[in-house]
Amino acid sequence: MSKTTAHSVVAPTPTARRVSGAIVILYALITMIPLAWIVMTSFKTPPDSIAYPPKVLFEPSLEGYCNLFTTRSRQTPEYLESLPAPEPGCDAIVRSRNMVIAGPSNVIPRFTNSIIIAFGSTFLAVFLGTITAYAFSRFKVPFADDILFFILSTRFMPPIAVAIPIFLMYRAIGLSDTHLGMILLYTAVNVSLAVWLLKGFIDEIPREYEEAAMIDGYSRLHAFVKVVLPQAATGIAATAIFCLIFAWNEYAFAVLLTSGTAQTMPPFIPFIIGEGGQDWPAVAAATTLFLIPIFVFTILLRKHLLRGITFGAVRK
Amino acid sequence: MTDSSAKAGVAERVAGATPAPLARRIRGLSDKAIAWLFIAPTILLLLAINIFPLLWTIYLSFTNYKANRKAEIRWEGTEHYTDILSDPEIWHSMQVTAHFVFWTVAIETVIGFALAYLIDRRWRGHGFWTTVILIPMMLSPAVVGNFWKFLYQPQIGLFNYGVSFFTGIDPSSFQMIGDVSLAPWSIVIVDVWMWTPYVMLICLAGLRSIPDYIYEAAEVDRASTWRRFWSITLPMALPFIMLAVLFRGIENFKMFDLINLLTSGGPGSTTEVASITLKREAFESWKTGYSSALAIILFVAVFGLANIYVKALNRVKQR
Amino acid sequence: MRKLLTLATALSASALASAAFVNQSQAEELTLCWAAWDPANALVELSKDFTAESGTDMKFEFVPWTSYADRFLNELNSQGSLCDLIIGDSQWIGGSAENGHYVKLNDFFEAEGISMDDFLEPTVYGYSTWPKGTPNYWALPAMGDALGWVYRKDWFEKPELQAEFKEKYGRDLAPPKTWTELKDIAEFFQGRDVDGKTVYGAAIFTERGSEGITMGVTAALYAWGFEYETEPGTYAMEGAVNSADAVAALEFYKELYDCCTPPGYSDAYMQEGLDAFKSGQVAMMMNWFAFWPGMYKDENVGGDKIGFFVNPQEKVPASTLGGQGISVVAYSDKQDTALEYIKWFAKPEVQKKWAALGGVSTAKSVLLDPDFPNSAPYAADFLVAMGQVKDFWQEPAFAELMQAMQKRVHDYVVADQGTAQEALDKLIEDWTETFEDEGKL
Repeated sequence: MSKTTAHSVVAPTPTARRVSGAIVILYALITMIPLAWIVMTSFKTPPDSIAYPPKVLFEPSLEGYCNLFTTRSRQTPEYLESLPAPEPGCDAIVRSRNMVIAGPSNVIPRFTNSIIIAFGSTFLAVFLGTITAYAFSRFKVPFADDILFFILSTRFMPPIAVAIPIFLMYRAIGLSDTHLGMILLYTAVNVSLAVWLLKGFIDEIPREYEEAAMIDGYSRLHAFVKVVLPQAATGIAATAIFCLIFAWNEYAFAVLLTSGTAQTMPPFIPFIIGEGGQDWPAVAAATTLFLIPIFVFTILLRKHLLRGITFGAVRK
Repeated sequence: MTDSSAKAGVAERVAGATPAPLARRIRGLSDKAIAWLFIAPTILLLLAINIFPLLWTIYLSFTNYKANRKAEIRWEGTEHYTDILSDPEIWHSMQVTAHFVFWTVAIETVIGFALAYLIDRRWRGHGFWTTVILIPMMLSPAVVGNFWKFLYQPQIGLFNYGVSFFTGIDPSSFQMIGDVSLAPWSIVIVDVWMWTPYVMLICLAGLRSIPDYIYEAAEVDRASTWRRFWSITLPMALPFIMLAVLFRGIENFKMFDLINLLTSGGPGSTTEVASITLKREAFESWKTGYSSALAIILFVAVFGLANIYVKALNRVKQR
Repeated sequence: MRKLLTLATALSASALASAAFVNQSQAEELTLCWAAWDPANALVELSKDFTAESGTDMKFEFVPWTSYADRFLNELNSQGSLCDLIIGDSQWIGGSAENGHYVKLNDFFEAEGISMDDFLEPTVYGYSTWPKGTPNYWALPAMGDALGWVYRKDWFEKPELQAEFKEKYGRDLAPPKTWTELKDIAEFFQGRDVDGKTVYGAAIFTERGSEGITMGVTAALYAWGFEYETEPGTYAMEGAVNSADAVAALEFYKELYDCCTPPGYSDAYMQEGLDAFKSGQVAMMMNWFAFWPGMYKDENVGGDKIGFFVNPQEKVPASTLGGQGISVVAYSDKQDTALEYIKWFAKPEVQKKWAALGGVSTAKSVLLDPDFPNSAPYAADFLVAMGQVKDFWQEPAFAELMQAMQKRVHDYVVADQGTAQEALDKLIEDWTETFEDEGKL
C-alpha cells in the first residue's frame, strides 16, 4: 500500500538528511535513557541503586529479582546461625542481608491476573468488535453515524467518573475484585476501539468476494466466516494487540476496583516496597518483566500503530 | 497490508467449497436480522457498563449519598452543582489541569512536528529509529510514572544528576516533585517524554499525505524552502496536527494514572488536576453524591471536546 | 500475523476459561490484610506456627502505608471478601463498626475466655472499642504503637560537637525534652559536615496522600495541649482546634520543616524517614515505635549508634497513637476459621513470641513483665508513650476528616499557602460541614 517514493521533488540534500538523521537519533537515544535505567536498576543491589552519584558501572546482581519474588523477614544474627546453611541463589543473597525468606511474594498471582484479564477482555472485545464492525460495514444500519459516535464517545469518559457507578454496581452484584468484572469493564472500553478499527479494515475488503461466495450458495453468515474473516485476519490481529496493550497497561480502574484477587500488575508494582521506601531494584525488575511484552508488541505492530491510535482514521 | 495475489484466489477457492450444513440451517436469517444480531451485543454491553452507570451517576449527583455509609439517601437538588461551580478549590484544580493540558500539548506538538519533519527527510535507517522513538507511548503510564518518581529523587535520581552534569547546578539543590514551582513541570516533562511520539506519528502521516504535485508546482514558482514550508507543508498537515492536539487535549484533560503515581497531586494541591480531585472526593472522602456531580461536569466538558474530535476525524478521513 | 492470531485466540480462550475457576478458593486458607512493613513480615514468620497447629494456610495482602487506608477502606466499602482478617488502623473502628464491616467480638471473647483486661488499657480503648470506651469490642489489640523519635547517639557524643553545642546553646547536646530544644538541635545539625558527609537536622512526616503529615503535625499539636473539642462529645471545635496554642504548634512545625529537613522532603512518611535515617542523612527522625526493633538490628545504624526518646513535650506530655487491632471481616465466608486465628493469636505464649519476632504485643503478660523495660533500649520509652497517647477522630466519617486535615496542613506547611490561623480556621469549616452532614451538629 505504501510506496516509498520521495514525494518532495526537491529531495533533501545529503547534508540535510544526515543532520536530520543525527538529530532524530539523538532524540531517540535520550528518550531511551529512562528505559535503559529501569533495566540497569533491576540488576543493581539496593545500596547501589540509591548510591550518590548514581552508579553507571556496577556489579550486576539478581537481588532485585529475588526480592521481587519473595517476602523476607529481618532476623538477629543468632537466629540466622541456628538455621542450616543457605542454598545458593536467592536464599544466599537474602541471608547475606541478615534476612530469611518468609514466603513467596504476590507477584506471580498478580502477573497471572494481568494475563487472564488482558487476554480475556481482548478476546471478547475483538469478537464483539468484529461482528459489529461487519454489520456497520456491510448493512444499512439506521442512525449508523450516531451509533458509531456513541460507541466511540464511551472511550472518552474520564475513567474515575466511570469508576464511581461501576464501583457501586459491582458491589451490588458481587463483581468487585473479580476477574469477570474486570474483563467486562475492559471489554466495554476496548470494544469502541475494536469497532472503529475493524470497520476500517473490513471496509477495505471488496464486497464482491462475499457476493461471489453467496451466489455459489453460501449463506451470509458462512460467507462472513469463510471469506471475510480470513481476509481481515491482519486487521483483527492488529486490533487485538491494541486492545491487549490497553488492558495490560490500564491503571485507574484496576486501582479503584480491585484489591487483591483480581489485581493486575500496574497497581501492584508501586506496592513493592522493601524495608525502607520502595525497593527500587525489585520495582525495576517487575517493571522490566512487565514491559517486555509491550516491546515485542510494539515491534509487531509498527506498521499499524498509526491506524490504531487514530481509531482507524489515518491509514497510511 | 493484505496480500493481493492471495485475495484473487480466495473467490475461486471459496466458490468451490461446499456450504456446511449448519450454515444452511441459518441461511434463513435476513441481512437485517444479522445486522441487529451483530450490533446488539456491543450496544447491550455499552449500555450496561457505560450508559446505565452514567444515568446512575446523574441521579446520585442530586443526592447526598455516601458509598461508605448506610444512611438514608436525601435529595439535594442542584446543590452540589452550585457548590462545585462556586468552589475556589475546584477552580484551582481546573487551573492546574489547564496548565498541564496547555503546556504538554504545546510542547508535544512543537517537538512532535519537528521530529516528523526531520524523519520525513528519509535518511537511511529512519524506519528503525521511528519505531524506537515510539516505544515510550506504548508503555503503562502508571508503571513508568512510578519509576520516574525514582528518576526525580534529588541526589540519587538520574534526572537531577543529568541536569547537574550539563549545568553545574548542585543536584541536591532542587527537587522536581517536591517543589511548589517545579512540580507542575515535572509532570509536564514525563508526559512530553511519553506522548511526543504520538504527535510525531500523526504529523508524519500528515506530511506524507501531501501530494507531490503541489511541491512540483511550488518548484515551478521558485518558492523558497521557507516559503514552501509555511504555504504548503504546514497548512496541508494542519488537519492532522489538529487531530493530534485534540486527542492529546482530551487524554490529558482526563489524566490520572501518571500524576497519581508521580506526585499524587502534591505538594499541597500544586499538581492536583481534576481527576485527582475527583478521585479524592469519590474514593477517599467517599462523598459519592458530590463527586458524581463533579464527574458529570467533567464528562460534559470531555464530551464537548470529543464531539469536535470526531468531526476532525471525519475530515481527516476524507483525505 | 495469522499464526499469531490463532495463538492469541487459543490463549484468550484459555484465559477466559481459567477466569471462571480462579475465583474458587480452598476452604482451609485465610487471607490476612495489613500494611507492608517489618512487623508484617514478622507476622508471616509467626503465623507459620498457626499453620502447623491448625492446618490452615495463611495468605497475606500487605500494601504500603501510603496506600493502606485508601486500599483497604475501599476494599471494606466494596464489601469485598479478599480479607478474612484485617489489621485495620485505630481510626477506622468507628466506621467499620457502624457500617458492619467488622464482626463484633464480645460473644466470641466471652465464649473463649479472652479478657480485654489482659491487654493494656489505652490500646483496648484505642484499637477495640466503639463507641469509644464502651465494652463493645470490634478488634483484638494486635500491634501496639505510638509515635516516637530516634537519634544518632554516636553523633551526639562527639566531643567537638558537644563543646560547640554547649557554647552556642548553653546546655549539653542531649536528647531534647521539648520541641524548642528539638529544633535547636536540628538547626545545629542542619547542613553540618559529619564524618565527611553533609547531614540534616530531622526527618519529620510531611506526606500528603494518606495520613502522614497529620500524624506528624498532631505530634506537635498534642504537645502544645491540643484538643479536638472544647467539651468532649460536643463537636464544638471553635477555640479548641484553632486555639492560640494550636496555631503556635502548627507554625512551629512549619518552621521545623523549613529549617531542618533533608532536601526533597516534601512528601515523606515512614519509609522516606527510614531511608533518610538509615543512609545517615539525618540526626533525628520521627517515626513509629514499631520500627525500633528493626532499627536496632540494622547493620549500618543499629545498636549503640542510636538512641530513642519519647515525643518531647512543650506544654503537656503527649504522643500520637499508632497501632492497630485485628478484626474479622464481616464479608468473609470463613469467619469461624478467622476467629480461630484470633483465639490462637491472643494466647500469652503466642503474644510473647510475637514480641520476640519483632511485633509489639500489647498483652499485659508481655508489657508488664518486670523484665520488659530492660528488654530493649526503647522498651521503657514505649510504656511512657503508651501512657500519654492521643488519637485522631475515630468517627465513622474518619476518611473525610482526615482528608480535610491532610489538605489544610500540607497546603500550609509544605506548599506555603496562607497562615497557620487560616489553615486551622478552614479546617474547622471543613470538619463542621462533615459533622453537619452526619447530623451530629
